[in-house]
Amino acid sequence: MEYFLQQLINGLTLGAVYGLIAIGYTMVYGIIGMINFAHGEIYMIGSFIALICFTILGLTGVASVPLAILVVLVVTVLFTAAYGWAVERLAYRPLRGSFRLAPLISAIGMAIFLQNYVQLLQGARVKAMAPMVTGGFVVTEKAGFQVTLSYMQITIMALTVVLMAGFSLVISRTALGRAQRACEQDQKMAALSGIDVDRTVSLTFLLGAGLAAVAGVMTTLHYGVIDFYIGFLVGLKAFTAAVLGGIGSLPGAMLGGILIGLVEAFWAAYFAAEYKDVAAFSILVLVLIFRPTGLMGRPEVEKV
Amino acid sequence: MSALGQPDAMVPAMLEVAHLSMHFEGITAIDDVSFSARRGEITGIIGPNGAGKTTVFNCITGFYRPSVGRIALDHEGGRFLLERMEGFRIARDAGVARTFQNIRLFPRMTVLENLLVAQHVKLMRASVFSIAGLLGLRRFREAEAAAIEVARGWLDRLGLLMAADREAGTLPHGQQRKIEIARAMCSEPKLLCLDEPAAGLNPRETAELNKLLLDIREDYGVGILLIEHDMAVVMGISDRIIVLDHGAKISDGTPGEVRNDPAVIRAYLGEEDDPPAPSVPGPPPGGGRP
Amino acid sequence: MTTVDLGDRFGGDGVQWGAILKDAGMAALVALVLTLLLFGVRLSDGGGGGLQFRPWWVVIAVASVFAGRGAVALWIGTRKPASAAALPWFDRALARLSQHKRLLFAGFFLAVAILPLLPVADRRMVDLATLVMIYVMLGWGLNIVVGLAGLLDLGYVAFYAVGAYSYTLLAIHFDLSFWACLPLAGAIAALFGVLLGFPVLRLRGDYLAIVTLGFGEMVRIILINWSDLTGGSEGITGIAVPTFFGLRFTPTPAAGETAFHQFFAIPFAGIHKLIFLYYIILVLALLTHLFSERMRGLPLGRAWEALREDEIASRSLGLNPVLVKLSAFGIGAMFAGFAGSFFATRQGFINPSSFTFIESAIILAIVVLGGMGSQVGVICAAMVLILLPELARDFAEFRMLLFGGAMVAIMVWRPRGLLAHRVPSVRLGPEPPGARRGGPP
Repeated sequence: MEYFLQQLINGLTLGAVYGLIAIGYTMVYGIIGMINFAHGEIYMIGSFIALICFTILGLTGVASVPLAILVVLVVTVLFTAAYGWAVERLAYRPLRGSFRLAPLISAIGMAIFLQNYVQLLQGARVKAMAPMVTGGFVVTEKAGFQVTLSYMQITIMALTVVLMAGFSLVISRTALGRAQRACEQDQKMAALSGIDVDRTVSLTFLLGAGLAAVAGVMTTLHYGVIDFYIGFLVGLKAFTAAVLGGIGSLPGAMLGGILIGLVEAFWAAYFAAEYKDVAAFSILVLVLIFRPTGLMGRPEVEKV
Repeated sequence: MSALGQPDAMVPAMLEVAHLSMHFEGITAIDDVSFSARRGEITGIIGPNGAGKTTVFNCITGFYRPSVGRIALDHEGGRFLLERMEGFRIARDAGVARTFQNIRLFPRMTVLENLLVAQHVKLMRASVFSIAGLLGLRRFREAEAAAIEVARGWLDRLGLLMAADREAGTLPHGQQRKIEIARAMCSEPKLLCLDEPAAGLNPRETAELNKLLLDIREDYGVGILLIEHDMAVVMGISDRIIVLDHGAKISDGTPGEVRNDPAVIRAYLGEEDDPPAPSVPGPPPGGGRP
Repeated sequence: MTTVDLGDRFGGDGVQWGAILKDAGMAALVALVLTLLLFGVRLSDGGGGGLQFRPWWVVIAVASVFAGRGAVALWIGTRKPASAAALPWFDRALARLSQHKRLLFAGFFLAVAILPLLPVADRRMVDLATLVMIYVMLGWGLNIVVGLAGLLDLGYVAFYAVGAYSYTLLAIHFDLSFWACLPLAGAIAALFGVLLGFPVLRLRGDYLAIVTLGFGEMVRIILINWSDLTGGSEGITGIAVPTFFGLRFTPTPAAGETAFHQFFAIPFAGIHKLIFLYYIILVLALLTHLFSERMRGLPLGRAWEALREDEIASRSLGLNPVLVKLSAFGIGAMFAGFAGSFFATRQGFINPSSFTFIESAIILAIVVLGGMGSQVGVICAAMVLILLPELARDFAEFRMLLFGGAMVAIMVWRPRGLLAHRVPSVRLGPEPPGARRGGPP
């Protein structure tokens, strides 16, 4: 039971991270109908920028940990969002209206490019950082087994909840959200009714990259080890989360992320840790077979 | 006004649509529509924009699965309940071919290749899942030559032999329309569904289209379902006309009957972007067409 | 991207220097934001929090973006409107070349066929040529899936791996010969393709891409962890080289056995084996090529292309989309399986590190850069992409970066690939001069 509880906590933390990244996939898919393969790499870049910032701050000797995290969060989000924007501008925007496979191939090219870009700039070896936030609560203890909820895990979950709430407000209440929903329905009509489609798409990429950056900061703090290759698997799982939740649906992405996180934690705990990635992927295939619209997605109506 | 969807005593109906309804997330696109169509006849479907004409087509050709209703097709190949069949089976087994409002040729394939794809089922059988084809057996070569002759015949009839080896996407709009009809006919259908074939055609091309459709009806004895905005086309060549408005059928009969039906006049006058049904040929109304 | 607008902005009445500078400045500003941290700071490996500052890297990057963007804007502003089409000189050169297509082909084929017999051919050269040929074959195989059927397969290497491992396991455990294992390995790879494709091919095209990506990774993970069968990350060694009609390539044949060099009464040389392998892959690659060229003219191949062009129209003509896609996917996987078998026998050992995502990406890059559906394009792209990093070692580090960048650039400027010309599979009229025949008459 205690072991179960601990895995639940770990799974929820992991799931929150997947959910944050999955939102980027789901928003982009919603608005321009493409899978942004490079999104996982944006998360990886976010992790690197976060680690660089933390290390610089460490040299300047900032004493207050919450302040340091806040500063890093803001800086990382800004710099990573710039990458999200640039990727859309360079690799996707010129391709609108091109043939079907073009944006997908361009995205996969972008993902390969970004991976090797970071590898060349920062080296192929893993980078690590000493944990900044340590300690936590002991939730229960039995027979020498402690169930702990670390401060870091609390931070991740709290931040995710706050961001999700804020995001839902943005999408449902602001002009940007309305423009996004309009573009989702029909870009041509949206443009005719005075919505700047280019700007809306750009902002969507900025926001998605921003959330991926938050996920990058959190995982860097929590796990402390990164390399240029992390974006690939995490991206794949976050995409699985988006599909599981129903691609195009924001709450779905969060729900899917948490489910994938839980599956991964429990699978690793009770079955075979080395096959946890296979488990996540099998879910993707099963969902696609039995419920292609995901848990909260709407069925697509083919336009003939 | 003839009765709703009841078969004529003389010629049995080939297509019978009964109580067809289609809902999308709470919106009712078609509401309890019944009608029938006979082979060797042209049945026009008209109605203001958003009346549900294309949705009816999509239900008949299997792109949508209707929420309620029955679509039965009867011919010498058997009896088919289309509402239960997958789209490609409707085309392959039941013999229903269609064209699209926004032309859907295979743009980077040549015109001839387009017409050969339409004869896929026949050729695939002759190639024995490509094995006979890979080996270059005579049986396949003969089938291929015959298919090319069929295609050549259609191109000759349309006066487009010169365009046979050009990429279909590079041809002018009017020619693409004709080729799409020829492609549909190459699949040897029993029922041909045409979704606004006159859209975007000039008066001369429209006249050619009328003649082509009448010829097809005459020479092949297929049943033709025709969605059209251009009253000159619909009134001129249809044997029977069905009028839809807001997803429901409001009239059904010969062109003369429909033209004088008060319900039809009301529906058309009530719409701003479609003129009342004129009895004389005129340029196609441009309202709301892509 | 409307080049006309840009032309007006930067050119119009004389060169608009202000606009050009502003544009280049904006680009430089973006570059500054992008490069400031990742270029400017190098993290030390491992932990420890060490840093190395590289301000000059940022300066150089920003300056080059400024200069590059400025030059492009200047070019857009000053060029003649007639040259607005992308790469017109390239198309002209291609058109001129294609007039002598047949001659070029014959010459090229002859060169490829006698290459290992030339006096200049040493071990390294034959080995490299074999490597290129493997990728040409993989490219042609993937071309069936991506180029003809329009299905984006990002895990092609998984089928390559399935072929290699099936071959190896069959050869080792059942003691079967190369020629017996080859078709079996191909069939097993095709079976995997069908099993994976069946559920996914019913869905929207983009899902296939991500599922194949995941499948590639999954196969690798299983290969690493299922040690009993696959030998884990160590892999399997001791795979026998195929024999030349029963003659082995060995300096020391077993008692009662005749080796290749003994039979032909020539001195033993290691290169004989390499030359033999080269001809095997040449034949396999040619088979792939002939198969796909032939398929294009058959109803199934035409259905692949039709489905790529317009799935809805294809369905309305009675094509079963799942079956048609599945056949392309399975056949593509089969050729990957053949290539995998050859790879295993050539290396003599296999392990999971040969089957990473990078391999899939390289094969896809070969197909995309060459021009989807173009058989010649695959040859050219494979030669450039495989030979360049082998010949210029310094370049190897940058090769994936450049592949990725080139894939984006090609999609933006020439989405159909460099050699995008499509030859019709069948003609009614006479062939235009210089064109190559394709498919049955």
